[in-house]
Amino acid sequence: MVKVIERAGIPIVHMCNLIPVSKTVGANRIVPTISIPYPLGDPATSKEDQWKLRLHRVRAALEALETDISEQTVFSV
Amino acid sequence: MKKAIVYINQFFGQLGGEDTADVAPSLHKGQIGPALAYQQELKDCEVTDTIICGDNYMGSHTEEAVSRILDFLSPLSFDIFIAGPAFNAGRYGVACGTICRAVKERFGVPVITSMNEENPGVEMFRKDVLILRGGNIASKMKQDLKAVAGLANKILAGEEIGPASSEGYFPTGHRHQVFISENAADRFMKMLRARIHNEPYVSELIVPKQDKVPIAPALKDLKHARIALLTTGGVVPVDNPDRIQSASATRWGKYDISGLDRLEGGVFKTVHAGFDPAAANADPNVIMPVDAMKELLKEGVYGSLHPYFYSTVGTGTTEKEAARMTEEILPLLKKDKVDACIMVST
Repeated sequence: MVKVIERAGIPIVHMCNLIPVSKTVGANRIVPTISIPYPLGDPATSKEDQWKLRLHRVRAALEALETDISEQTVFSV
Repeated sequence: MKKAIVYINQFFGQLGGEDTADVAPSLHKGQIGPALAYQQELKDCEVTDTIICGDNYMGSHTEEAVSRILDFLSPLSFDIFIAGPAFNAGRYGVACGTICRAVKERFGVPVITSMNEENPGVEMFRKDVLILRGGNIASKMKQDLKAVAGLANKILAGEEIGPASSEGYFPTGHRHQVFISENAADRFMKMLRARIHNEPYVSELIVPKQDKVPIAPALKDLKHARIALLTTGGVVPVDNPDRIQSASATRWGKYDISGLDRLEGGVFKTVHAGFDPAAANADPNVIMPVDAMKELLKEGVYGSLHPYFYSTVGTGTTEKEAARMTEEILPLLKKDKVDACIMVST
């Protein structure tokens, strides 16, 4: 799905936990998430911690979209 | 008597379903689940131990999981290591590939697994691990197991392993010298003739297809950009109005978020069958971060949010269907002049 959108010239950032899979499939901008069932907020942590984490990672994803890259890039969070 | 050790996930290890996908690896004497069937198929070989590990644990704590399993194996002696079959289960396939490669590197024993061609683990590991071409779903267990055991028996008997096409594994990229009585010119002419007559032929040098997408240019001005959200995590309104399937999806939905500050549990949920939905059902924003996007919009980090998010289920879904669904979504994004997208996958 990511590739079809990117091929249309629309930059897309892939937020996911299994980075090697995303790389193999061919996403160009990747922002890691924390797990498979809850990518953006661990229910074992407080609501506030989940919110902080989510805000931080989504902000990182937006920033990735305005970052010039020359190769497949996993952004650090 | 030779010895084999088998790796399986929590589901086939009979620990439970998605609720136990986070369990750390454990070593069990004897055979559990598929390991029992391997025991019946293997000749002069005992499956001495079964290793079980949760798919999420292997995916999210890979180093820890691998190092624990290698520690389990260190004191044991074994002649072959078998994982799976993993069918088209993405996390399981990647787990099988990961542990097979690590075991081969550390102990130098032959390793085998089985996956469906759509499993992302195939591309990731086929160069390092013998991966048999398997079925797409677990009902193909019997035949996939037999294929793995058949190749394992050959290896254990010291027989020569033939090329990928005849043995049924995915090409590893290794080249072996073979003597053929027919010279190159004759083979060439035969192939040319077959091609002219529209008859089947197989090239002797298959050029692998690479499907790399050119990098789309970065946004010049995020502050004025229009952003759309997508997910393969199966987040939908609780009544699942588009009847998106829980696995092997062929349908997608678009859901209006223009009037919402966040996705509420009880209003939205996930229908994805590939993980424990408890966390996402309680708070769907952990998959589809509408709340964070609305906050960042208020802060002026980006310009505007496309009024819908798009959702489907990514487990077992073929690349072909995923591409087709995205082709259907794309015009809607273009029409609304979306500048960039965020895709969240589970």
